[in-house]
Formats: sequence, structure tokens, C-alpha cells
Amino acid sequence: MSPQTGTASTRSATRSVRDVVFVDGVRTPFGRAGEKGIYAGMRADDLVVKCIRDLMRRNPSLPAERVDEVAIAATTQTGDQGLTIGRTAALLAGLPRTVPGFAIDRMCAGAMTAVTTTASGIAFGAYDVVIAGGVEHMGNHPMGSGADPNPRFVSERIVDPAALNMGNTAENLHDRFPGITKDRTDAYAVRSQQKLAKAYDAGQIQPDLVPVAGKKAGSGWTLNTADEPPRPGTTLEDLASLRTPFRAHGRVTAGNAAGLNDGATVALLASGDAAEELGLPVRMRLVGYAFAGVEPEVMGMGPVPATEKALRQTGLEIEDIGLFEINEAFAVQVLSFLDHFGIDDEDPRVNRYGGAIAVGHPLASSGVRLMNQLARQFEEDPGVRYGMTTMCIGLGMGATVIWENPHHEHYGQDAA
Amino acid sequence: MSFERYDELAGLFPAEIVTHSYVQDIDLPEDAGVLALVTLDNDLDQTKPTTLGPSTLIEFGRTLESLKERAASGEIVGVAVTGKPYFLVAGADLSTVKSVKSEHLGRLMAELGHEAYDLLADMGVPSFAFINGVALGGGLEVALAANYRTVSTGAKGIGLPEAFIGLVPGWGGVYRLPRLIGPANAVKVMIENPLSNNRSLSGTEAYELGIADALFEPADYLEQSLLWAARVLRGGSAQESVEQRRGRLADYDDDAWVSAVASGRAFVEARTGNAAPAPSRVLDLLEAGLRLSRHESAAAECNALAELMQTPEFQSTVYAFLDLVQKRGKRPAGAPDRKLARPVSKVGVVGAGLMASQLALLFARQLKVPVVLTDIDQARVDKGVAYVHAEIEKMLGRKRLSQDAANRTRALVTGSVSKDAFADADFVIEAVFEELSVKKQVFAEVEAVVSPECILATNTSSLSVAEMAADLQHPERVVGFHFFNPVAAMPLLEVVRAPKTDDAVLATAFVLAKGLKKNAVLVQDAPAFVVNRILGRMFGEITAAFDEGTDAATADTALAPMGLPMSPFKLLALVGLPVGQHVQESLHTAFGDRFHVSENQQKLIDAGVKGLWEKQEDGSYAVPGSTLDLMERGSSPSTAEEVLRRTQDGLADEIGRMLDEGVVAGPEDVDLCMIMGAGWPMHLGGITPYLDRVGASERVNGKQFHRQ
Repeated sequence: MSPQTGTASTRSATRSVRDVVFVDGVRTPFGRAGEKGIYAGMRADDLVVKCIRDLMRRNPSLPAERVDEVAIAATTQTGDQGLTIGRTAALLAGLPRTVPGFAIDRMCAGAMTAVTTTASGIAFGAYDVVIAGGVEHMGNHPMGSGADPNPRFVSERIVDPAALNMGNTAENLHDRFPGITKDRTDAYAVRSQQKLAKAYDAGQIQPDLVPVAGKKAGSGWTLNTADEPPRPGTTLEDLASLRTPFRAHGRVTAGNAAGLNDGATVALLASGDAAEELGLPVRMRLVGYAFAGVEPEVMGMGPVPATEKALRQTGLEIEDIGLFEINEAFAVQVLSFLDHFGIDDEDPRVNRYGGAIAVGHPLASSGVRLMNQLARQFEEDPGVRYGMTTMCIGLGMGATVIWENPHHEHYGQDAA
Repeated sequence: MSFERYDELAGLFPAEIVTHSYVQDIDLPEDAGVLALVTLDNDLDQTKPTTLGPSTLIEFGRTLESLKERAASGEIVGVAVTGKPYFLVAGADLSTVKSVKSEHLGRLMAELGHEAYDLLADMGVPSFAFINGVALGGGLEVALAANYRTVSTGAKGIGLPEAFIGLVPGWGGVYRLPRLIGPANAVKVMIENPLSNNRSLSGTEAYELGIADALFEPADYLEQSLLWAARVLRGGSAQESVEQRRGRLADYDDDAWVSAVASGRAFVEARTGNAAPAPSRVLDLLEAGLRLSRHESAAAECNALAELMQTPEFQSTVYAFLDLVQKRGKRPAGAPDRKLARPVSKVGVVGAGLMASQLALLFARQLKVPVVLTDIDQARVDKGVAYVHAEIEKMLGRKRLSQDAANRTRALVTGSVSKDAFADADFVIEAVFEELSVKKQVFAEVEAVVSPECILATNTSSLSVAEMAADLQHPERVVGFHFFNPVAAMPLLEVVRAPKTDDAVLATAFVLAKGLKKNAVLVQDAPAFVVNRILGRMFGEITAAFDEGTDAATADTALAPMGLPMSPFKLLALVGLPVGQHVQESLHTAFGDRFHVSENQQKLIDAGVKGLWEKQEDGSYAVPGSTLDLMERGSSPSTAEEVLRRTQDGLADEIGRMLDEGVVAGPEDVDLCMIMGAGWPMHLGGITPYLDRVGASERVNGKQFHRQ
């Protein structure tokens, strides 16, 4: 292992926890899953590999052999997402064979869990530098494909079988919070599209995209450099006309939910000391994180208890959070979170670049996209001290990670 | 526009598998503008290489024409060409080129390539080639026509093999390559590599020579190539460093050019004896090209291509290369269904001499199964095993084996003085003294130990396999497995079916041959099988001419027009006069006076002379007076032409008889054997197309081996 500068020996009973910093993150442009999508016919592992290679090129001061772990999440871990994808991606990316890797799964919060798990290893002193990310090629792996739910879920009523379908849980949330109407979710969705379009125009999205070459039968190679899912001109009228596939006369549509997507993300994390030693930029400092469970039937509520837990552990109040990157699996789930914390639907602290409704949500990859965007917003907005990345997770969970902005004037002055 | 004049050509090949030119506009990174990317793709999987035929080139040319217009109108800032996975484009469609039946059509084909490629060279905007995989001949010339090139470290098969095939790199390659990488390296790529087992370059080697300006890894090769193109298009340091590197790698003067041509000519002379026209034509074009403009050179290239396409050497090479080596060599005629084959998990080798030891090493290395060597005493066994271990050590030293693989291989090879060690073997091969009674005894002893299914193979070169098997309980298990020396280097394996050999045994032999990375040819149990019988007939004609009074130089150089890898007397000395004499005697016993047994050669053997020629102090070869004094020769010398003709006729006669006897399935197998087992040149087509061409088949057999 590399030198343990500034911390007590791991053999000491008084060792200290080390700072964990977010150095950099990249992702592929997201694609629409299915035959016509930009990644139809491509492999999920190749998407991860392109990200890892770009991440390494963006950080030339990092010797590849100093990467201590490669943790890659995927919800379905078979086929091109199988075979311990963290390790296979490391090998395929050309990292030294001495660099280990593993696969990780927490459904939609896969990449987020890859980050928190390896970050904990950094804090503990087991790693100096890690690569953490996620991938989901939902074209190759439709949600739930190959899963074999235990019959006890039904026979013992442990989970309502309908809760295994995420759309149904979103409809359930509407039932629980009658104040969240379809009009509100559609309006939220339109704004998500608008914000993303604006962020694209301002060049806030492109710098962290890895171009991916792809070729389809009967045509030539092309280069994918932008997200495929966004529908920038979407209007309320457009959304009003959409079907509600989960329930007759329901509220959840393809327009106010994230789509089915293909994509990959990876991030570089390091101990504060290693970042300094290797000349790696510090773009965020990890303050704390928490995961929490809720009833699977309303899985979209997950971010609420996870956030409360994370705030409690870090001693922060919701008012301390200046920027929110919340995954938009469904507009109703975001609004239930905002309502709970008394945040306005149009609060400028929330999802400045729009969210998954516009950009897409390739399940296990999304967590690092949120972090990437938060890191860029920190840079743009040094007045913000703390930010949060949070998301709901299938089968009733939430994840929240709180970050500190290194550009803030009081950064590092008093430990949160 | 101009491509209509080629419709005549395209119309002749309606079955061409067209490689399409698919265009995609790429919005380049770093705001460099829009680049039109042409992907060459035949819409087939990676087992079907993309090739260049008339319709392909017309589509490519027309695509480039329309891109040139778009470039002129400012729509695009650059054009790039790449290929489907693993191929930029493999090269000209040889079966099409071979069927171009007139010089007029050949010239059209040549001009079509130039016209299309010149468009790429002069797009009006910078053009790029991204060499993602195989780029041979016309395939590499596409890339050379572009203004800039990148190459993948994963690319294999890059080169200009035309001199080997019987053509010239006449779609601009011979003109552009020396200007890019310097004349000396161009000679290496266009002459030395093609004439050295047709070797090609890897992506990294191509980059190092300067064929490409940038090198990227396969994982994101196209993405990085496009980024690089964007930076070159934006000018500045990226472009400057390309210019600087090119200036460094193509640093030559007229003298260097002249001396590169001269060394190329010396190489061709040494390797081929100038028996085939193509290599010299390449050098002629290179030599003249120094003072020519691109267009003047193009005219000369088209002349050369049009002429060479009609030469028998080119036709024969395509037959030998495509029909034999690439097709028939991989699917041997007459091999039984491989499903009948039995697994071989242990091999026995009887004998521990040099041949046996080479076999043991080959089996252990390629099959990775235990191999036991036996011999009559411990000292011989130890020597055999020690030889194998020493060879493994050498391979380890040359990094051809890893330490682990060397350990594994070494552990696989053991020796024993008892044949009991064969008890659990599935395949036992004998390589003992060429004496029928000895071999029969060996097989009887082995049969006493092994299972009833264990295959018994013989490496005999001249004895009857059927007789060897005659007294066994299970004669159906015996098969001939005739390797060529040196075993590791020679690709041919004659698999001999004796009358009783059963299909499972034969199928196992073929599967085994493939596992050993040898090209197996099925031959019947006839004396000396194929290669040695044909070589024997050739030696017989030459030694007979010599014994009759033809001087050594005339006799030994009479076959020079054939371009054989070695002259007969030199080959005899290499094989060893006693071995040659032994084979010749057994052929004489089997077939009579057709096979001349030289008494003079026996006198040399008796006197301990190793060969007719002896190297002089000045490096030349001469027959020493002391050697001449040993021999008694006649007084009716022949001219070289007469010796050549009698040899041609002898070969046509012998091969005609072999085919009548059914020794092999057809003349193609004879040719395959001579190419793989004796290294006879592809421009002879092995041998039978040559014998047809020079009229020997007609003279001797009244018909040609191949229908015209």
C-alpha cells in the first residue's frame, strides 16, 4: 500500500478517518434503450471502458498503478454486465493487472453505492485512489430481466407484487400525496427539459461527456457526443396527451418519468492526502452519506429518510444545503421530497441542469451523473457551501450523499 | 461523372461482394467542424474480409466525388476513411482480379483504382485514413492516398504483398510509400516482407516506420482518431508535429533511393533467382518513380498491372494462395468427419533420435499432453529428453515461451527404456530406423502394451504402411504421419491411409494435425508418398544428366528458371547424400529405372564426401578436383535447356502416374504438398500449373493437369 501520510498507523487504536474527495467524473452520453437507440448492438462493458480511459486521460498526473480499486455497479449482472464488471472493465481499459476491481448492485443507486463504499475504504485507509461508477444497458438488460422474485413476497405479503414495477410505485405516491397532481408533475417535467436544454446551450453538460463511436449494420461509424433522450421543446400540451401506462386514468406517463436508457459513468475519488500528493484537483469533499429503507410500495419516498439520516449524522440542517441533485426517476417522487422539506417546485437550488426526466436514467449509472453535475455547480457557485446528491431506489430505499464545496470561502475551516 | 467508363468492367462481375462506402457526418470535438467519415463495409461478419472489386471502387470513387463537392461548398472540413471491425479493407478482390481476362480490362481496373484514390488525395480539404485493422495491398494504398493516417495498436496485417502475389503496388503505393517512409523502408515493405513468407506489419510497426502519423489503442481507437483529426484540422502544434515527424522519417536523398533499389534487386535475386517477373517490376517502378510525377508514375503503374495480371505467374500464385493455401490447406480433401476423431491425452514416441525428439517437442508444445520417449537404452533416452529440454530452454531465452509455459512443457516430456510407459497412451508414433522389420517389431511390442484403440502412427518416408501393419492384431489402427524436416518449421504433414486404416483413426490423425498446426494432406500408401517421390524424380533427372557428362554447374542451374528455393545439388547436400541415396534406392526398387540411382553419388558417400559443391575462400562454390576424381562420368553432356526439359517431362510423367494410381485426390494436393513440404514457389502454382504452362503435361500425358 502507498504511504499513509498524515494519519496514524492503521494498527493504532487511535487512527483517524481520512478526508475523501471527489476528483473528477465522466459519463457516456445517455442513449434510448432499444433497437433504435444509439447504443443498440453495443456492449455495456465497452461503455464503462471508454469512460475509465477518458477519466485517466483527463487526469494525467495519476499513475495508473496508483488506482487501488475499480468498483462498477450494474443492476443486472449477467452477459455484458456480468463477470465482475469492475475487474473486467479495469482489464479491458488497460489499467495495470495489479489494479483490482469488483461489481456492486443497489439498483438505481449502484454508482452512488460504489462511491460511498469505496469512499469508506479511503476514509478507513484501505485505499488512496479509486474509480467508482456504474452502467446499465437497458436495451441489453430490460429492467428485471432474469430476476426470479421469491414466492414468499406474495404468499406472505412481504411486498405487494405490483411494487416490483416502479411505475406502479409512482402511482402509489400520487395516492399518498393527493396534493401532487398530474399538472404539477407535468409542469415539473417540462421545466426539467427546459433546464437541461439551457445547460446544454451554456456548455455545462458537454465537458464531462465521453464521445462514444458506434456502428450499426448497414451504416457507417458515427460518433455519439450528446444525450439522446432529451426532448427540449416539450410542452404541457404534449405531456397532457400521453398515455398513463401503469394505470387507466393514472398520472404517471413517459413524459413525467425517466425513460429506459443505456449509459455509463465513472468517477475518481481520492483521499485528501493522495489528491495533494498526486496533484489531483479537489472538486468536492465528502461530508457524509446515508441509506434508508421505506415501504417498497412507495419506493420514491426513499430520499426523505435517507436525507434526514444523513443530515442528522453530519449535524447539518436542510437549510444548509445550497444545491440539490436529486434523481428524477419520477416527477412525483421529486415533488414528494420537495414537499416534505418545504422546498418550492421551482426552487433554483434543485436540479439546475434539469434531471433524469430529460437526460435519462440508465439505472445503476445515475449516481455519478448527479455528483458530476453538483461538482460543476460548486465551481460555478462558490457561495454554496454544501450540496446533496440523492436518489430513490427500487424495493423501497433512498440514498443521500452530502458534499462540501472546496471553492467556498470557509471550506475546511470547521469540520462538518 | 467519370466513373461511367468503368461500368463495362463492373458488368463482368455481377457476383462481386460489394464493400460499400457508408458516409456519416461527424461533428468533430473541439469545434473543429464537420468531417465526413466513410466506413468501408460489406455488411458481413468479421470472417468475411472487405475487398476491393470494380463495383466497390466505383461506389467508393463516386462517394468521394460527392464529398469533394461538399468540401468545395464548405459543408465539410475533412474526409476520413475507416473500415468495419478488424479491417480497413483487406485488399483487392483477388478472385476478381484473376478473372480479368484481357490487358484492356486489367488496365481499366488499374485506372479505376487510381481515379478513386486520387480523389482522396485531392479532396480540397484534408483527408484521413484510420487504419483500424487489416490493410493489405490496395487496402493500404487507400490509406496511403489520404493526407493523414492513424493506426490501431490492435491492427494486424498491414502491408503491400503485391510482389508476393505477382503484381505491383500499382494503385499509387509504389509512388507514395517511399516518399512517406523513405526508399529503404519502402523496399522492406514492398519487397523484403512479401518475399519473406509474405510477412506483414502490425499497427505499431506501421506507425514506427511512418506509414501512420499517430497510433492509438483499440479500446477507443476511432474516438481518439477523430479527436486527433480535429486537432490536425485546427492546425497548430498537432499538425506541426506531424510534419516534423514525417520530415525525420522520410529523410533521404537520390543516392539513398538508388542504393535502396539496388539492395532490393540483390534481395530479389537471392530469394527468387528472378524466376517471377513481379518483384523486379516493383523495383523498376520504384527506380523510375524517383524522377516521375505522380501522374507519370500512375501511367507506368497501370501498364505494369495490366501486363502482370495476364502473366501465368500471377494466375498461378492466386491459385496457390487462395485455392490451395487458404482453402484446400484448411479443409483437406478426403478427411473424414472430425466428429469421428478420438481424444488424444497422451502420446508415445518410439525412438529418441533427432527426429523423434523433434516430434516429442512438437506434440508437447502444441497438444500440451504428456509425451513419453522410449529407446533401447537409458543413454539414448536421456539424450532425447535432454534435447527437448534444451530446445525449450532456447525458446524461453528467445521469449517464445513464458517461464510457466516452459515449466509445463518440460514436465510433459519424459523418457523410458520400457514401452510399458505407453500403456495409457492414445497415440504412439514411431521414428526409428527406416527398416521394415525394425518397424514391424516396434509396432508388435507397442501393441502388446497399449489399449486396442491406441493409434499407431509411423513417420516413415518410404516404407509401406500396410506392410508395417500386416501382422498386428489391429491393423486398422495404423496410419502414416509423415513430417518434414525441420519439423517445427515445415507446415506439411502427409497423412497416409493404408488399406485397413479405419475412419476414426484417420479422423483423429487430421484433428491431431490441426492441433499441431500442420497442414495435412491425405495420401495413399504408395512408396515415398508425394513430396519425396517428386523430389526423387527431380534428383534422378539431374544426377543422371550429371552422370552422363553434363557439367555440375549446368546440371545444377538448369532448373533456375523455376525459382526453386535451393538448387538440386545443394538440397541433396543439406538432406545428406546417404539419406538421399537411400530414398532414391527405395524409389528405384518400387518403380524401376524412372528413378536414377547414381553410382557416382554412392562413391562420394563411400569416400565421406558431404556434397558436390564446396564453398571456396572467396565465397563461391566449386566442385573440388578430388571429388571429381572419385567419379566416372559419361561423355554425352546436355545443355541446361535439355536438362530443364527432361526434368519438366519427368515431373509431368511422375505426377501423371501418381494421379492415375490415386495417390492423392487431385493435382491440387500435389501442388499443396510441394508448396508446404518443399517450399516450391507459388508462382509455379506448386508445380502442375507450371507443367501445364511449359507444355510438359501435354508432351508427356497428352493432356493438361488443369482444364483451361
